[in-house]
Amino acid sequence: MALASVTFFALALIAIASAVGVLIARSPIYSALSLVLNLLSVAGLYLTMNASFIGVIQILVYAGAIMVLVLFVIMLLNLDALPSPRSIGWGPILGFVLGIGLLAQLLYVMLTSFGISLEAAEPVTTAMAVENGSANTLGQILFTEYALHLQVAAILLLAATVGAVMLAQRRFA
Amino acid sequence: MEISLLSTSIFAFLVVNAMLLSASVLVYAERRVSGFMQNRPGPNRVGPLGILQPFADVLKFVMKEDIQPAASNTFIHALAPVLMVVIAMSVASLIPFAEGVVLLDIDVGVLMVLALTSVTVYGITLGGWSSNSKYSLLGGLRSAAQMISYELSMGLAVISVVIIAGTMSLPGIVEDQASGWAVLGWNAFRNPVGCIIFIVTAFAETNRAPFDLPEAEQELVGGYHTEYSGMKFGMFFLAEYVNWFVASFIIVTLFFGGYLIPFQPLLLAAIPALDGSLLLTLLQFGSLMLKVAFFAFLFIWVRWTFPRFKYNQLMDLGWKKMLPIALANTVVIAIGVAIFRSIF
Amino acid sequence: MDLSGAFTAMWADLPAIFSMLIVGAAGLVVILMEAFQNRDPRIPWLTAGAFGLAMGWEAFQLGTAPDTAFFEQLRTGGYAAYINLLILGAGLFTTLVSPPYLRRLNRNFGEVYALLLFATVGMIMLGTSNTLISVFVGLETMSVCLYIMAGLLREDEGGIESGFKYFVLGAFSTGFLLYGIALMYGTTGTMHLPEMAGAFPDGVPLLFWAGVGLVIVGFGFKVSAAPFHMWTPDVYQGAPTTLTGYMSTASKASAFAALILILFFALPSAQASLVLAVLALITMAVGNVMALRQANVKRMLAYSSIAHAGYMFVALASGTTAGYSGALFYLLVYTVMNLGAFGVLALLEWDGMAGRKQTLSSLAGMGLERPVLGASMAVFMFSLIGFPPFGGFIGKYYIFAPAVSAGLTWLVIIGLLFSAMSGYYYLRVIYVLYMQTAADVAEADRAPEGGFAQPAWLSTAAVALCAVLLLVLGVAFSGVVDVTEMLFIQADAMAQTP
Repeated sequence: MALASVTFFALALIAIASAVGVLIARSPIYSALSLVLNLLSVAGLYLTMNASFIGVIQILVYAGAIMVLVLFVIMLLNLDALPSPRSIGWGPILGFVLGIGLLAQLLYVMLTSFGISLEAAEPVTTAMAVENGSANTLGQILFTEYALHLQVAAILLLAATVGAVMLAQRRFA
Repeated sequence: MEISLLSTSIFAFLVVNAMLLSASVLVYAERRVSGFMQNRPGPNRVGPLGILQPFADVLKFVMKEDIQPAASNTFIHALAPVLMVVIAMSVASLIPFAEGVVLLDIDVGVLMVLALTSVTVYGITLGGWSSNSKYSLLGGLRSAAQMISYELSMGLAVISVVIIAGTMSLPGIVEDQASGWAVLGWNAFRNPVGCIIFIVTAFAETNRAPFDLPEAEQELVGGYHTEYSGMKFGMFFLAEYVNWFVASFIIVTLFFGGYLIPFQPLLLAAIPALDGSLLLTLLQFGSLMLKVAFFAFLFIWVRWTFPRFKYNQLMDLGWKKMLPIALANTVVIAIGVAIFRSIF
Repeated sequence: MDLSGAFTAMWADLPAIFSMLIVGAAGLVVILMEAFQNRDPRIPWLTAGAFGLAMGWEAFQLGTAPDTAFFEQLRTGGYAAYINLLILGAGLFTTLVSPPYLRRLNRNFGEVYALLLFATVGMIMLGTSNTLISVFVGLETMSVCLYIMAGLLREDEGGIESGFKYFVLGAFSTGFLLYGIALMYGTTGTMHLPEMAGAFPDGVPLLFWAGVGLVIVGFGFKVSAAPFHMWTPDVYQGAPTTLTGYMSTASKASAFAALILILFFALPSAQASLVLAVLALITMAVGNVMALRQANVKRMLAYSSIAHAGYMFVALASGTTAGYSGALFYLLVYTVMNLGAFGVLALLEWDGMAGRKQTLSSLAGMGLERPVLGASMAVFMFSLIGFPPFGGFIGKYYIFAPAVSAGLTWLVIIGLLFSAMSGYYYLRVIYVLYMQTAADVAEADRAPEGGFAQPAWLSTAAVALCAVLLLVLGVAFSGVVDVTEMLFIQADAMAQTP
């Protein structure tokens, strides 16, 4: 369907452009806002693929909660934009070259692998996508197959909270 | 189900315009009701009973000079009010106005509402930050902290509703409340604690009194929109009223049976011909609007009844009272539903 | 999926994760106790009790046949029990030596023990994982707790550097790991390690290898293999010493265990061998050469732990069952000697900055003043060199011998040369402890009068026990080696029978 592909490519373009924006923006606020835009467009991609639950959760958790906190911190610290780089040392240049090299390798590998088809996987229909993306399916899997991981992840979050409170709040000495 | 692009567009156009119009009605209503509560006439010069006052206000906003602070961030300064209005408007697309009359029936509708609400905070924070003024910044920061704190309790209240309904689609939740003559089946009766929590957090999320700290006049001049003027301020203003209106819709939809007419099953049993007719749809729409009108009124009522919180009281209420109650309520509801289902 | 059936299955699997349950529950109890009474003196005992109980349980599981639990997410049986024993033992040791040490640093909070327990939960999940999801969740749980522990000395700039560096670089490396996991899943369509090997009947695509490479980078960071080792010295130096000991042993044990599982089940072909060999070579070189010049003992031990990660990669590079079982045995030896060495350092610490400012020379003559600690330290150092009759010698033998039979003789020769080189910096510790006195060292390097605290008897006993254990492992090793070899034979048999 033409409309669907137009939506897809538009969202994909926005996602890529905003991801680049995150990296090259000199002002932390613009960088964070680009990330918000990126997250929103990726959520849009999920929605076009009928994974509505994941799409909405993406907005709710990342764009709505985490990035707000990031923005909050940036504003509280009142971070200024970085000055435009005058001269570049050999370190960043080396890093850039190596990074481009890694990226090229990964892209090459990806390009050569487009033909891979999984024998086990059946072609995905819209009904299947809706079924797999629904909260019901996700909930069932989370509470059966990945029940243990869910609990351990809860411990992870508890540990992070306890640690943050301890390091930030405890009166030492 | 195939929905044509054209009919959807027409419907969306209608909804957007209805929202804009309703904002002006609310402006008028708020000023008149405030006047009534304070024993003064309120606006009564423009048009009969002052009914054209909102339009005069809009005209004033449009004509005013758009002043921008010198050291502000131009792009974000302009972006923030637009963001507010767009998000406030888009929530309206999820509301079921009558049986089968909804712009976007998505299976995770409730979450979509929460998600869009949570994005609203960007408008306020960015507006506050980009103005480059201490009052604006403080207002923006306050609003971010406040909305994040109350979003948790709001989410938990919504989860308790979802547990009862067994679905996250808004029409589904409304239909779930149709039992018990469509009055006792309302979630407000089945889940009273969740209902109260949701209403309180809805006040906090819309930054309405007594949670209007982001724009506390005595401390922050105008809060996040201190440095806004002209139509940009008008858009913040508009967004606030649309948010308030939409919040009333969501409260009604989640907890007060949405578009259901009270005693709807009895009515249908008495007049079977009504089922599926256009009249029923209109009746449902009317019933929805009446309920919404009540909650819109409640917002004004509360505004002139309760004094504004102090900041520490706000945080105290959000984290130490609302959140534990909401958490306990969710657990109780979940256990209750499990027991109920295993018996019946 | 049938829900009630699934719940019955999970209920039946609970004994399989008994140690994880007991440790996690103890962590929650500790948090609550700390909330009601600050620095409750019962907390360390409760923690030690939980570790001990879990160890007792795991000891009985050593002989059981390998199996999986929780919908094939975790491995159970001998291999898991062996790794869990290592991790839990490290936890128990840390709990025994920590209270007096942390009290001196004024950091004896209940939260530290809770984090220790939570980190252990993550390590158990990581070390016994059967799917890449388990690997990731376990690794993250472990890492988050360790980041906090590393930054425990918040007022000290070294503590801040430690926590911050660990966190930022750890988060960065997690990105590599996740990307690798995504690629591996994308090409095979499964998260289960044993199913991955059979996913390609006709040739492994390049994309899968890209995923494996990224996963190895992620693991390389966690086990501090060069060139991903940059964080190790600073983090080890700034973190509280007993917790550094835990970090350098238990986290490496579980990360290596998971890496072995991935190599053993998901990549049976020998193609990864050369990569691992090169990694081993660089890691051994960096660790040993850099350790030569360190004046601070903790920093020296950090580089030494890098070097030892290199030795373990030699065993992994051989890619045979014997190699893997040798690596398992070496993990045990390494855990014991490193824990002991950091334990001694914690007992001999006087600067109140986790030994960050403390040079080796300031410990001059302590070997004679504290005979038990001195003798134990000598044992640990000899064992770290790989000197008979200590466990380190046997461990190195079981690491290098399979590599020779796998045709990696060049690597083994280089490894032996580096081992000989390591004698210099390990023996120097013994030289300073025994042959020098405070009068021999420069004024600036001397410890202040009465700076050394009187060592607690329990901590001393725990350290001495480690030294004895090393001696026992050096003499009566055959039983343990039999066990580690058995684990892979069993696992092999299980992998053959679908």
